[in-house]
Amino acid sequence: MNNAATPRWEHFDHDADIGIRGIAPTMSEAFEQAALALSAVITDPDTIKLTRSLQLTCSAADPDILFFDWINELIFRMTTRDIVFGRFEVAINKELLTATAFGESVDREKHQPAVEIKGATFTELRVYQNADAMWVAQCIVDV
Amino acid sequence: MDTGQLIQRDETCWEIPKKGMMRVPAVIYADHSLIRDMDQKVYEQITNVATLPGIVDAAYAMPDAHWGYGFPIGGVAAFDPDEGGVISAGGVGFDISCGVRTLHTGLTIKDILERKHRLADELSRTIPAGVGSRGKISLNHHEMIAMLNGGAQWAVDQGFGEAEDLERTEEQGCMKGADPAEVSAKARERQHDEMGTLGSGNHYLEVQRVTEIYDQTIAARFGLAIDNIVITIHCGSRGLGHQIGTEFLKDMAVSASQYKIALPDRELACAPINSPLGKRYLGAMRAGINCALANRQILTHLTRQAVASLFPGARLDLLYDVSHNTCKVERHQVNGQMKDLFIHRKGATRAYGSGHPELPAAFKDVGQPVLIGGSMGTCSYVLCGAKDNEQRAYSSSCHGAGRAMSRHQATKQWRGRELVDQLASQGILIRSPSLRGIAEEAPLAYKDVSAVVDAADKAGLSRKVARLEPVICIKG
Repeated sequence: MNNAATPRWEHFDHDADIGIRGIAPTMSEAFEQAALALSAVITDPDTIKLTRSLQLTCSAADPDILFFDWINELIFRMTTRDIVFGRFEVAINKELLTATAFGESVDREKHQPAVEIKGATFTELRVYQNADAMWVAQCIVDV
Repeated sequence: MDTGQLIQRDETCWEIPKKGMMRVPAVIYADHSLIRDMDQKVYEQITNVATLPGIVDAAYAMPDAHWGYGFPIGGVAAFDPDEGGVISAGGVGFDISCGVRTLHTGLTIKDILERKHRLADELSRTIPAGVGSRGKISLNHHEMIAMLNGGAQWAVDQGFGEAEDLERTEEQGCMKGADPAEVSAKARERQHDEMGTLGSGNHYLEVQRVTEIYDQTIAARFGLAIDNIVITIHCGSRGLGHQIGTEFLKDMAVSASQYKIALPDRELACAPINSPLGKRYLGAMRAGINCALANRQILTHLTRQAVASLFPGARLDLLYDVSHNTCKVERHQVNGQMKDLFIHRKGATRAYGSGHPELPAAFKDVGQPVLIGGSMGTCSYVLCGAKDNEQRAYSSSCHGAGRAMSRHQATKQWRGRELVDQLASQGILIRSPSLRGIAEEAPLAYKDVSAVVDAADKAGLSRKVARLEPVICIKG
């Protein structure tokens, strides 16, 4: 695999909030990478030990909505299960997304969580294949 | 913003004339320098709002307007249900009924100077703040329903505060028409451990000193004098409101075509007020308002406990509580006729002027307090609803400073520890569980709140009464 095809994530700027973006050879991997970008809004993903795991599913016919639901499901789990995630395994089969998210309980001293995330938004929400045939999944999250 | 696209009506009023799909014009209140620096996205978004069905008069943007979700933050729009008017989840925002309340303390700066550090520590210990903080109150199903119906009134009934607090809260602390059955199990679960928590991001509790009075008469009526200490709480409906916002945003976006609403931007998702979806959202959103009011009321109670442990005689009477993310039914004059309109205020504060029938007796002849939050290093303001401001944005005013740069840029420019030390050297104590959070909220990452309130004053939206400077800031 050359560098251009390596799955990766990044943040992009918004006035008040922050954009998350995953870029990877498959849609599933792009969703995994965007989820890492989500974790990085809160803390440094490298500091997160993978001692707990949760199963998640979402379904939607429109890939944009599937991504919106995926990110919101993670936000819901993080706030109600008091967990931060450092790794994801996503499988997308047509309309159905099944995933395992790995992480650990929030440790305020160690993780220094910067901000809570309120929700994924429709702003800059896009799931598409770019000119290099890489999948991109992105949206702004409200913090 | 490119001012070439605008017609300047006066020094602080700019109009985007009706064109294309717009049903009404758009109006932006700002001085020349604010409008020049305003994001072009505000132009785009306020123009989009003007295309929505049933909008009345004009779409308005406040002097602190910036890029939001569908609606600009700092957007105000009124809809007539009899004309197919809509309600929009994005027009209310994710943090339903986020708002500000300010408490008197009866103390002066002299009284607290020696015990400032202890007060900061005590407040920081008592007020749950930041990611993963948990409130001491968890509600069972029945209590949750009662809270969603009763708001701050419920909280007072549970022993969090006093009946007098309710007279100084919009809607007397209880938003009528809430329908907890429309609040999903997920939204309620998110709130389970979050009652009486401050949250994070731009939310805070600040101990502030009154440093300037602009209108002696109104300040006296509000009970404010130079060197008084007040405490201001900025927070909203926590996880419950966020979850309601998220779920209905999606439902409205998916259903827009069913209601034959052409959306210029998916984020502007809305539903007719008189549709089943519109009514469901209204019921859930009003329950969200009650959650925010109850939350600020519980935080008030905790604040009183913390202050009483150091200053046993201090009385923390409420000055006022305002919400700046709402949709409320208000009676306004339209073409000479009184009508019930659904007023969306997204990042905008209601600012009733003197004589408004809904004002509490104490403010009836002066107008309501309008509380404007700044950033932790600068200042905040108390304003007063301006007389005869009904025809200017349905009696609305600005809500805060608005960000000048992204969180990402802020963390590149500042380190949390340095900011804490620098603010301490200016006499401002910061308490927060996250240094990175502090860097993201750096004072200079925000616009100049003074320019915003000056423009609101000049535009006749609200009048400047007092300036408050931070002494202690508890950040999430």
